[in-house]
Amino acid sequence: MYVLMAIFFLVVAGCEALAIRWQLIKPGNDFLNPDTFNKFFTMHGTTMVFFMGMPILIGIANYVVPLQLGAHDMAFPRVNAFGFWTTLFGGCLAYFSFFVPGGPPAVGWFAYAPLTETTFSPKSGVDFWALGLLVSGVGTIAAGVNFVATILTMRCPGMTLTKLPFFCWTMLWTSLQILVAIPPLTAALIMVEFDRVLGAQFFNPQNGGSAYLWQHLFWFFGHPEVYILILPAFGMITEVVPVFSRKVLFGYEFMAAATMGIVFISMGVWAHHMFAAGMSRTLDMYFAAASLLVSIPTGIKFFNWLATMYGGRLWMASPMLFAVGFLAMFVLGGLTGIMLASAPFDLQVSDSYFVVGHFHWVLIGGTVFGVFAGIHYWFPKVTGRMLSERLAKWQFWLLLIGFILTFGPMHVSGLLGMPRRIFTYQADRPWQLWNQLSSLGAMIQAPSYLLFVINIGWSLRYGRPAGDDPWDAWTLEWATTSPPPSYNFSETPTVRSRRPLWDVKHPDDPDWKYE
Amino acid sequence: MNIPKSSLENFATAQADGSATLSTPPAACRLLPTHVGMGAFLLSEVAFFSTLITTYIVFLRQTKGSNPSPATVFHLPLVLTATGCLVASSATVHFAARAFRNGNRAGFLGWWGLTIVLGATFIACTAKEWSDLIGRWGLTISRNLFGSTYFTLVGFHATHVTVGLMILSIFWVLALRKRLDNSSHVGVEIVSWYWHFVDSVWIVVFSLVYLIGR
Ligand code: HEM
Ligand SMILES: [Cu+2]
Repeated sequence: MYVLMAIFFLVVAGCEALAIRWQLIKPGNDFLNPDTFNKFFTMHGTTMVFFMGMPILIGIANYVVPLQLGAHDMAFPRVNAFGFWTTLFGGCLAYFSFFVPGGPPAVGWFAYAPLTETTFSPKSGVDFWALGLLVSGVGTIAAGVNFVATILTMRCPGMTLTKLPFFCWTMLWTSLQILVAIPPLTAALIMVEFDRVLGAQFFNPQNGGSAYLWQHLFWFFGHPEVYILILPAFGMITEVVPVFSRKVLFGYEFMAAATMGIVFISMGVWAHHMFAAGMSRTLDMYFAAASLLVSIPTGIKFFNWLATMYGGRLWMASPMLFAVGFLAMFVLGGLTGIMLASAPFDLQVSDSYFVVGHFHWVLIGGTVFGVFAGIHYWFPKVTGRMLSERLAKWQFWLLLIGFILTFGPMHVSGLLGMPRRIFTYQADRPWQLWNQLSSLGAMIQAPSYLLFVINIGWSLRYGRPAGDDPWDAWTLEWATTSPPPSYNFSETPTVRSRRPLWDVKHPDDPDWKYE
Repeated sequence: MNIPKSSLENFATAQADGSATLSTPPAACRLLPTHVGMGAFLLSEVAFFSTLITTYIVFLRQTKGSNPSPATVFHLPLVLTATGCLVASSATVHFAARAFRNGNRAGFLGWWGLTIVLGATFIACTAKEWSDLIGRWGLTISRNLFGSTYFTLVGFHATHVTVGLMILSIFWVLALRKRLDNSSHVGVEIVSWYWHFVDSVWIVVFSLVYLIGR
């Protein structure tokens, strides 16, 4: 359900993105007027983060986590349903803004004050936007509560925390991050609404309120949010890479510690989004240094993935293809992240297309590739049928090429001084070529998502039957039937190592002898 | 019903043989999901209130200099009564939970009921305070930043107390009608956790708003 909803919103927000790219294809274009343009990028960003990104990750995890734990379901099935419906309702609320006078908000996904105050956004679009995020945030928190309870208490006998499948480990930390980062956004949105509806003064500089406070509150949520979006993808990659390299995960303990490190550090780096807001030099230095620190645990993960692959027998089936795509692309996004974290460089390119290039690189090169790896990996388990490898390969290459072509040139146009969020530009600027390449890239990417949807539809009907364990994998979800019965396991499994199925398949050489 | 055959069956046997020393279930398994869920939920509540409290601190200077000023409008005896009630109610809810564990129904009803009374007194004090602030001093949420931050922070806390009161009352009525049994102890426990949490938040809010913020 979650995943279906996410795919629906993916298509909606994707269309918005296409419209944006079409508008920017040539200087002085008038496909979208400035106001509509602003509304589209606001809704695009909001949707992709809140109604596509998080729901798709939560949806996959809802399905996979109990299976990997050897549990019959999530700890609180009703909380689960509550989370889904509130998230969906939040999405509907936000999109309802299309039907009110004044239309959707035109404030950007980070909705800086005082643009959200009634003085500047008198119509109700912002209210629906804020309420939509607020409500869906409550749903996300409910999901976080559920994951923590499930992972901590529903593990099958023998599965100590050190034997946890890695995806569950990342979901545990993602959930903790949800619990700490989303409520501040909820509180901040409430203040916005109090300002707008009750005439409070929080973010109204004319009466002593602080627009700067909003920036801090938003990014205190916003930065951890990007890790909420990437950690589960890390988890999926960490499941896929060992199975398709036919090797044990290299450095499980280090990977686990790196996940924790990322979570803790990323709570303290939010103001690297605010270098241009004029903080003190001390703060600038602190936030720059802290942000650079994140690259250490991320680097550890990266090298562990490579080390897992090194010397393995690589099997380039579609999940692995996406995983390798992830590795190759994500590292580049990490590098532009490090560039941006150095405050002096950031001051030059802040709010330019370089930033847009950076975050799309990590979000698509990271989260989206990771999610595709996960979906191609678990689809056979969920449906009992294989996805078509041929379509998957087409999808992968179109996505890879389209993605590089869309977001690579953005770095260049950013360095050439193109600010983000302009609805058009003059012909005498050196930006046209790069924008055309980006728009072309978007046209190549779009069919790739379409192929994905087609592949799912086709394979549901005509896909090859998958059998219980098509990838010869090692975690518990592959021990039950595909699709699993509603109670997941007819008998509660007992595990003795991190790769319980390996132990079963190789009784002469089980893992628990070594761990 | 026909249970699908799966590799799991071989699985169970394979794992079982030759392994007399199966590791014991992880310690965390003994904590019930409900406990952990409540803990996780309270963590998110901490994050929520921290945000409101931080906001209050950020605007503290404007608040102190506002007109009317906090020093003028706050009536400490009233607030201290309210605080006393809430702190005492943390103790009574603790005794109630213990009585429940020991199967002492009368003790539970008494202590739990007292908690409700204390909580309700707290809300009554807040209501009185607010009606003074609004009626006598004209301090509303839209008047200035003091009003905005004060009503938001104290208001959200009071909302939490009110929700807590409703849940407490439901449990009390259920207990009165003998609808609670041993399996309800988890519920009783997590409600008392929640109540302790609301109480601790108040101690922070009280120190900040009425002591530091005057
Ligand atoms: C080594 C790791 C990373 C570092 C040091 C880093 C650093 C930064 C910095 C300094 C900015 C602000 C640029 C500006 O506004 O001037 C930024 C923006 C952004 N980053 Fe990263 N980043 C990293 C990884 C990631 C990851 C993994 C994601 C998500 C999956 C991500 C998502 C974003 C987003 C969404 C924005 C833009 C927000 C906006 O302005 O709308 N980053 N990053
Ligand atoms: Cu960031």
